[in-house]
Amino acid sequence: MPRKLLDQELQRLKDEILVLGVMVERSVLDAVEALRNRDHKMALRILELDQKINAQRFAIEKDAIALIATQQPMARDLRLLTAILAVSAELERIGDYAKGIAQITLRMNELPSSPLIGGIPRMAQKATDMLHRALSAFVNEDTAIAQALPREDDEVDALYLLVQQQLLHLIQQNPQSAERANWLLWAAHNLERAADRVTNICERTIYAVTGEMVEMDVSWDELKEENQ
Amino acid sequence: MDPIALEIRNLRVYYDDFLAIKDVNLSIPKNQITAIIGPSGVGKSTLLRAMNRMNELVPGCRTEGEIFFDGVNIYDPKVDPVEVRRRIGMVFQKPNPFPKSIYENVAWGLRINGFRGSRSQMDEMVEQALRAAALWDEVKDKLHQSGLSLSGGQQQRLCIARAVALQPEIILLDEPASALDPIATLKIEELMRELKKDYTLVIVTHNMQQAARVSDYTAMMMLTSQGERSGTVIEFDRTKTIFTNPRDKRTEDYVTGRFG
Repeated sequence: MPRKLLDQELQRLKDEILVLGVMVERSVLDAVEALRNRDHKMALRILELDQKINAQRFAIEKDAIALIATQQPMARDLRLLTAILAVSAELERIGDYAKGIAQITLRMNELPSSPLIGGIPRMAQKATDMLHRALSAFVNEDTAIAQALPREDDEVDALYLLVQQQLLHLIQQNPQSAERANWLLWAAHNLERAADRVTNICERTIYAVTGEMVEMDVSWDELKEENQ
Repeated sequence: MDPIALEIRNLRVYYDDFLAIKDVNLSIPKNQITAIIGPSGVGKSTLLRAMNRMNELVPGCRTEGEIFFDGVNIYDPKVDPVEVRRRIGMVFQKPNPFPKSIYENVAWGLRINGFRGSRSQMDEMVEQALRAAALWDEVKDKLHQSGLSLSGGQQQRLCIARAVALQPEIILLDEPASALDPIATLKIEELMRELKKDYTLVIVTHNMQQAARVSDYTAMMMLTSQGERSGTVIEFDRTKTIFTNPRDKRTEDYVTGRFG
């Protein structure tokens, strides 16, 4: 079988994507944990982890490019490889959002501590859960899950709205808390963006399997139509 | 879809009792490069040679169906096959210059086609053809040396010049680069892209990467079914589509190397 090497390498790259995914999930969850506990040391560890995430992404990219150059993959193999490049970039960006949250923790260090808005850890939980399932769907080439997952982004968006309202309320109640609320709003925004990138991963999964490039942002109107 | 240079309808080619090509329907787009790909023995060269009635030179070969070129079925009994082969030229796998000078290799075709112009007109046409084949600069100072003194890649371009000199409308190329090194191959591919401005090109190649690099359209040939030995075109589309998202599972398997 002349393409044994290509098959092995494609499988290995999928495994490397999963490794990168685990690192990024860890980073997002820890970033919110560090924010909750105002844990300076943990935040610094996330900055270090981000370096490792970047290195892992570059390693995947380098190997994928080498495979394109040496094996001349075509059709489905080529689509999978370009999807691997795109997904590794999405993961690195989600890692950057986690790093952003860690930096917020470091900057908030001067401010008096207070309990974290509950919606933020829930957003992180939901976003990483979606990410985990999106990556499983990607490596298993499961288009059914990739089709369905982006709808769950609405939950993250709803939580984000809730956090916004809670923070606004906080500022109104206590204008002294404006700076803290501003940082937290930024952290929540990062989580909302992270979940959006899960949708991009689902789009790449569908492209790799079917060759169709689809935009999967589900609009409110589409949902309404389906519910009628 | 681009305008059509050659319209193949229900083509069947037999070698005695053996049906080599079965029911090919294919439209070759004008001023584009069409590649014919597929495993060995599916009849790629047979299909190519059917396009200018070259198959008739093979004993026992019989063709059914129609191929329309410039509004005429080239298999119509009233059509002169020599005229067909002048207007639809062919370049072969192995460069086959005549054992004559570079100049004479190109001038020969013009003479047998009844060229009656002056020596200076002939000089001009030879130069034009050699320029069109991207060979002029390399041979202009040695036009009267033997064509066989050239390198393989140059010989192949000389054969292209010889084909071009007859001012055909279509040029058929049967594995034109398979005997050449990678640099000479790239020169031929570059030349093909230049030539498509003035000609329609059809190339048979075993080299999928070459088909992907050079062609605009790709025709995928396969045996019609397991056990049968007749070949046919199973998918025809833009080259980009064939190599990124083919419709037929068999094309997918072939271009990704899963075939066989």
